[in-house]
Amino acid sequence: MLLLVGAVPADRLPLLIGPVSLSERGIKIDGHELHINRGNEAMMKAASLICQEYGVEMPVGMVAGDIGKREGSTAIYNHLAANLPTMGVNVMTMHYVMPDLKLNKKVLATVATMHEKPLMIADAGSMYVAKAGGDAKYYDVFTPDIGEATFLADEKADHPAYTRGFIFNMEDDVPELIRRAYAGGNATKTMFVKGAVDYICQDGEIVDTIREPSIETMEPIGGTGDLITGMISGLMHAGRSPLLACRIAGRVNRAAGELANPTPATQVEEILRCLPKALEKVHKELGL
Amino acid sequence: MNWFKKKKKPQEPQHENVTRGLLIFAHPTTVIAVEELLRDEGYKIRVVSPPPAYRTGCDLSVEFPLEAEAAITELLNATKLHPIDVVPITTEGMEPLHFVRKKWYGSKYLMVRAANMKITVDAETKIIVNISGGGCPDVPYLATTMIGKRLDEAPAPDEVGFSLCAYSLNTAREEMIRELGA
Repeated sequence: MLLLVGAVPADRLPLLIGPVSLSERGIKIDGHELHINRGNEAMMKAASLICQEYGVEMPVGMVAGDIGKREGSTAIYNHLAANLPTMGVNVMTMHYVMPDLKLNKKVLATVATMHEKPLMIADAGSMYVAKAGGDAKYYDVFTPDIGEATFLADEKADHPAYTRGFIFNMEDDVPELIRRAYAGGNATKTMFVKGAVDYICQDGEIVDTIREPSIETMEPIGGTGDLITGMISGLMHAGRSPLLACRIAGRVNRAAGELANPTPATQVEEILRCLPKALEKVHKELGL
Repeated sequence: MNWFKKKKKPQEPQHENVTRGLLIFAHPTTVIAVEELLRDEGYKIRVVSPPPAYRTGCDLSVEFPLEAEAAITELLNATKLHPIDVVPITTEGMEPLHFVRKKWYGSKYLMVRAANMKITVDAETKIIVNISGGGCPDVPYLATTMIGKRLDEAPAPDEVGFSLCAYSLNTAREEMIRELGA
C-alpha cells in the first residue's frame, strides 16, 4: 500500500484516512473533497494519476486540517506512531506537516520496530524535521528545491529559515551543496534536487541531470515541486526503483510544464491536467 | 633566578557573566510583533533560534538584555504578547536568514524569494499571483488567503501565519513592497 501523509489548509478538519479518489476539482478522501491547492492535495493527485496510469492500487491518504496551529500535524504524528505497523504500508510519503522533532522521532521509533519497513519519501515539513533531527538515514528519498538544498547543506540549520548566509549564497554551485548534504549525513540514498537544472543523486553521486525543456516560468508556480514528489511516490508504488522514479518524474514534470505553456500567474492544477499526456511523451522518449 | 618569580595564584573558578535572556513564544510569527514593539521602544534585541530544550524544528525567540527583563515583561503583558517562558542564556542562537533574491519575468511579474519562500506579484496591478516553496502547513493556507489579492489588501503572513515559513514569506513580502510599493 502507498500511504500519502500530510496536513491540509482547513481549520478543524479531523484526521481522515482512506483511499484517494480523483474528483473534478481535486481529490476525495473518506468522502471529503479536497480542492487542489499547492501542497498535499497536489502531491496526492499527482501520485493518484500515476497509479491510475500504471494500473496499480490507488494510494491511501492520511490528512488532517492544520493552518499552522499544530493540531492536525500532531494527530497525524500520533496516529502513525501508534498504528503504522498494522497498516500494511510498503511506500510512505510524508509531506506538509508542522515540524515536531519529538513526535517525528516517535514515528521513526515505531518504524524501527517493523519487520518490513516501508520505503520512505519526505518533502516539505517532513523533510525539515527529518533533517533537523539528524534522521535522514531513515528515509529513502528527499526531494528538496534549491533553497531546501542549501538547508540540507548547512549542518547547523534546524529549518531553511536558519540557513547561514554563506551557504545560501552557494546556490549557484548545486554539486557543492549536494556534496555538503551527503558529507553531513543530511541526504538520502536517492535524492532529487529540483531547480533550473534538476539533479538526481544516488549514494552521494550525481547520476543524472535534467535540463530540458527549460520552462523558466514554472519556478514561481506553487506546487510544481509537490507534483514531482507525488509522481515519485506513485512510480515507486508501481514497482519502479527510487532512481528510475526520479528520472521519470523529473522529465514528466517538465513535459507537463511545456504542454501547459505557463505564465508566472498559472496555478498548479493547469500543469496537473497535462500529466497523463506528459507521461505518455516521456515513456516514448525513454523507450519504457 | 627563580626566587623573583611570582608565585602563581590558584585559579579562581570562572563564572559566566549571564547578561542576556531569551523570550520564548508559542509561534514564530508572534515574534515579529514582539520584535517590532521592542525595537520601537529602543531595546537592543536579536531574533534567534531557541536553545535545544525548546526546539520543535520550527521556532523563533527573542534575545534581550537581562537587566531589562522586568520592564520588557510588563510591556509584553500589557500588549498581550505573553511569552511561554523567559530564560537566561550563555550561548548565541542562530539568526534567521534575511537575504532575498529577486527575479523579473519580463517587466510584468516580479518574484522575490526569502529562504525557502517565494512570492510573485503582477507589477502593474500589484496583485499577488503565486506563492511557492515552504513546508509548514500554514503555507497552503497563506496561499489561499493571499493569492488574487492586491499587496495592500492581502493579509500579512505575520497576521495569519504561525510558522518560520510564514516569517520568511513576510520577509519576502516586505521586500516586494519596498520594490513595487503597496
